[in-house]
Amino acid sequence: MSSILVFCSVQENRIKRSSLEVMSRARQLATENGLSLGAAILGSHASSLVSEATAHGASQVFTVSDPVLDAHVNAPVIAALEGILTTVQPRLMVAASTESVKDVLGALAVRTDAAVLPDVASFDLAGDSVVCERPVMAAKKLAATHTTHPLVFVSVRSGSYEASEAPVDGEEVAVPFHFDPATLGATLKEIVTQAGDTVDLSEARVVVAAGRGVRDEAGRALVQQLADITGAAIGASRAVVETGLFPATAQIGQTGKVVSPDLYFAIGISGAVQHTAGMANSRIIVAINKDPDAPIFDVATYGLVGDCFTILPLLNAALREAMA
Amino acid sequence: MKFCVCIKQVPDVQATVQTGRMVLNAYDASAVEEALVLNEPTGDPVDLVLVGGPGATETIRKALAMGATGATHLVTEDATDSHAVALLLSDHFSQADYDVILTGKQSQDSDAGLAGSMLAARLNLPYATNAVGLAIEGEKLIVTRQGDVGQEVIALETPCVVTCSNDMNNPRIPALKGIMAAKRKPITTVEATLPEPRTVVGATMDPPSREPGVKLEGEPEEMVADLVRRLDAEAGVI
Ligand SMILES: Cc1cc2nc3c(=O)[nH]c(=O)nc-3n(C[C@H](O)[C@H](O)[C@H](O)COP(=O)(O)OP(=O)(O)OC[C@H]3O[C@@H](n4cnc5c(N)ncnc54)[C@H](O)[C@@H]3O)c2cc1C
Repeated sequence: MSSILVFCSVQENRIKRSSLEVMSRARQLATENGLSLGAAILGSHASSLVSEATAHGASQVFTVSDPVLDAHVNAPVIAALEGILTTVQPRLMVAASTESVKDVLGALAVRTDAAVLPDVASFDLAGDSVVCERPVMAAKKLAATHTTHPLVFVSVRSGSYEASEAPVDGEEVAVPFHFDPATLGATLKEIVTQAGDTVDLSEARVVVAAGRGVRDEAGRALVQQLADITGAAIGASRAVVETGLFPATAQIGQTGKVVSPDLYFAIGISGAVQHTAGMANSRIIVAINKDPDAPIFDVATYGLVGDCFTILPLLNAALREAMA
Repeated sequence: MKFCVCIKQVPDVQATVQTGRMVLNAYDASAVEEALVLNEPTGDPVDLVLVGGPGATETIRKALAMGATGATHLVTEDATDSHAVALLLSDHFSQADYDVILTGKQSQDSDAGLAGSMLAARLNLPYATNAVGLAIEGEKLIVTRQGDVGQEVIALETPCVVTCSNDMNNPRIPALKGIMAAKRKPITTVEATLPEPRTVVGATMDPPSREPGVKLEGEPEEMVADLVRRLDAEAGVI
């Protein structure tokens, strides 16, 4: 029986929620089309994550537990996935569209002779075709795209589907891995992180995003307070990342990350298309901007026209009381 | 080091109405800028290659005006499939000898982000994607890439392929002198046939529109009270 394989991204010893979202969609398609559902997990803790994958419906969990896979370097990840794909021979491999996944999909497709539908908002199986809708033109348009190629990779934007459990009695299949570091041609020298870098924006139910209007340390402190009160992850526009106030990992938009939380605060963000490309699917959007004509108000559920340095102290106090 | 930058002409996605105006892909402009800066001390060449329709010459001239040395235009109909583009580019590079091949990390119009890493795999070269910084260290290229958690610093053996983010730099605006010089720079034109695409783009639609929102104006205290009430009672998010 042919199958759908879900490549799970792991962070801090858990399968990322965006991967579980993809797994839930894949499970639905597998059921509808009489395919089996498998998962692929890489890294030295892979075996400890098998139960999480089976809880979400994967009946076989393919693991490669080599520690070389613990920090992301593309060549060994590609080699490990190639090994799994050769073993499984799925119809479809799907993954959350993380930076690490984006880094390997193209090269892996060449190595395994696959077609790729990258960064999709939705996907489906239709007869011989894998079909999807992809945001294009900085997410101003959706392009229906399909392929009839026998092996297809799909990467999915976070928040496109709901994650849900559906436990099965699954088994772990450890896949042999032989990787010769001499063939690598690349050495990971270091990983530079700043405070806040380890927060996975795609997991957050609430995101507080700062723009250039949050111009200094005092503004950053107000944003941090709002995030603490609402239990939010902090995001940022490109313009404010450039000032060095917020880490580049927090950037949301066409160059940065895609998020779709329940609640998104845009503080002092103008709402350029390249920013809204990464957040316009948030359920509730609150915008605070002193320019009544700022384009962010076109996507905002609730827009507050005013100075964020005046509004945030009041909002923080009111929310602290309301949420107490 | 000898650099070649793969560039693409794209519609101006920022424009509210599409008028057919075409521009140099912003991510590619950052790749050109970085190559020019790195090679400034040595004067080593920074070549260009573009896959696209005959009208893309304008975009090639723009990148030449920034300071690139020369260019090859692989003339095709408009390409929408990364797989086909990577195949054409790998044919081009199999007859060339570069230390570093750069591309943008994605195209502003299609946002696929695949051509660079597909090219690297076809050429069997080490590569890095989503680079935000580059430095030359002996025979190696030191790449800082934006990863999922922080920035990864990777030493790549050359020859290699790197895809560049626009967070890497702010590309120069060509000065008149550069624009004049670009007119005399060589562009090699090669008629090329796009290989069979693996993915087919069909209809393009508007994304689902958002419910119209409410704009609150007035005294800050009142706006905040109104917002908190709505977040609780209407939206149910707090
Ligand atoms: C290829 C490409 C990719 C890009 N990718 C991204 C991306 O991923 N993410 C991204 O964000 N951008 C991206 N950009 C940049 C984008 O075009 C905008 O330049 C950027 O989003 C602007 O950030 P901003 O809104 O914070 O700054 P600005 O446009 O400067 O806006 C600041 C806003 O703050 C308001 N403001 C100022 N002071 C206050 C105050 N005291 N109180 C309240 N409001 C105030 C102003 O009215 C203004 O609306 C990209 C651009 C390109 C070309």
